[in-house]
Amino acid sequence: MKNSMLLAVCASVATFATVQAGEVAPADVAFDDYGAVEMSLTGVAGDAENGANVFKNRKLGNCLACHANSDMASQLFHGEVGPVLDGVSDRWSAAELRGILSNSGNTFDGTIMPAFYVNDGYVRPLEKFEGKSILTAQQVEDVLAYLQTLSE
Amino acid sequence: MRIITLTAAVAASLALFAGASSAQVTDPLVVDGQTIVTSAPAPDFLDIDEVLSGWNFRTAETRALQTDDFENPAMIFVDQALDDWDTAEGTANKACADCHSGPEEFAGLRAELPRWNDDQGALFNMEAYINFCRTERMGADSLKLAKPRMDAMVALLSLQSRGDIINVAIDGPVADIWERGRELYYTRVGQLDMACANCHEDNYGNMIRADHLSQGQINGFPAYRLKNAKLNSTHGRFKGCMNNIRATPFAVGGEEFTALELYVASRGNGLAVEGPSVRN
Ligand code: HEC
Ligand code: HEC
Ligand code: HEC
Repeated sequence: MKNSMLLAVCASVATFATVQAGEVAPADVAFDDYGAVEMSLTGVAGDAENGANVFKNRKLGNCLACHANSDMASQLFHGEVGPVLDGVSDRWSAAELRGILSNSGNTFDGTIMPAFYVNDGYVRPLEKFEGKSILTAQQVEDVLAYLQTLSE
Repeated sequence: MRIITLTAAVAASLALFAGASSAQVTDPLVVDGQTIVTSAPAPDFLDIDEVLSGWNFRTAETRALQTDDFENPAMIFVDQALDDWDTAEGTANKACADCHSGPEEFAGLRAELPRWNDDQGALFNMEAYINFCRTERMGADSLKLAKPRMDAMVALLSLQSRGDIINVAIDGPVADIWERGRELYYTRVGQLDMACANCHEDNYGNMIRADHLSQGQINGFPAYRLKNAKLNSTHGRFKGCMNNIRATPFAVGGEEFTALELYVASRGNGLAVEGPSVRN
């Protein structure tokens, strides 16, 4: 109930502004010393179902490129570059997962995993991705909601 | 009998130590009776122990295509290049055949490229040699890089060195260029912020979605790819990998890719020339 009201507010604001009201910009995300992010990036609860779509979509999260995930056994081809994500919410808190999703480099120094909520500092990005983060703030929250369903 | 049992035992114990990664073979590649090495001790400057041809990482079906020149789809393009070899062009109205006894004349050359060309004071890859003859000796247009006619001619000339052990010089006049190539190999680029090394050094042997990551060696180039049903040049492949990580590729034939080609070629020192290979 509360969520749907918030959504309605955001939707009406969005018609007037390019940046979603209440959204934390990539440069303003507050990481703690261990790379965790306590505060929601949008204030809107994540949608786990959409998060699952973002997770498997090759143009969005493409998480399956590197991570196997038994919950998506019906999807062909799971990568082995990163750890299997089964039960991942038993290992990491929501804040830690939000941090890993936003900029994994703060949690895992030098990792190959891309930072999904960073929009500058890239070297030679393709023009169409310049100044853009891979995922939007809400997509990060949605994937987070999905990851929280992965417990054993 | 005894040998068979022993081999099986060794294989089984080795398998125990292998990681969980996907099957990866290091069988010798035999083409028409010629054995071509596909693995070798890594050159000293690398932190890995062994260098492996991309051939090892492909499926049995894809590998099979490379073991028989009648099955290898790249050979159609080699035949086209043979026609080109005899075609007179340019203001001199000369063909390659007018000055060179035959493509066999270039046996061994591919294994040393790219290399420093003293006369021109520049690093030359196969494409540069071909275009130099065309523009300076035939008075013809240069062939477009990473396009069918050039890739076919590079395939024809590479084939003359098939099986030869790659031995690219990295010192002397090319030392600075090699260093530049090395730097490019380890520099993270693009929106996905990855370096060649993240995939081809840290993760070879792992699946990245449907792709079995190899060491990104170029001993097999030009490579016929089943994906696009044509020959693919070294620089064309570099470009593709950069696009995939959402990075603006360097220019094909430009300074950066040529430096990268030298560095990547040297990472394969010890492997054999396989071009034209078959990849997916
Ligand atoms: C290019 C490969 C790659 C991609 C794409 C990728 N990751 Fe990762 N991820 C890794 C690696 C490697 C690690 C291990 C950390 C390290 O580098 O040591 C990791 C770690 C993690 C962890 C911690 C897991 C644990 O059990 O410790 C989570 C959670 C995670 N990734 C989620 C995701 C999600 C969600 C996506 C998609 C939005 C994603 N990753 C995309 C490579 C990747
Ligand atoms: C007018 C004569 C002439 C023509 C025509 C010609 N070349 Fe050359 N080419 C030379 C000479 C001279 C050299 C330098 C001497 C040498 O190394 O053989 C050379 C060198 C080369 C080299 C480098 C060989 C090495 O070992 O350094 C390659 C490769 C080559 N030519 C390929 C070609 C191809 C392919 C064609 C046709 C597109 C062609 N050439 C046409 C005269 C010619
Ligand atoms: C996100 C991971 C990734 C990155 C980063 C990457 N590549 Fe690749 N590359 C691949 C994949 C996947 C393939 C196809 C499977 C294979 O051979 O590894 C490939 C293939 C290749 C091949 C063909 C190998 C063969 O034997 O056919 C070469 C050469 C290559 N890459 C070079 C590079 C270079 C140079 C860079 C840096 C500019 C680079 N790659 C960056 C994923 C990557």
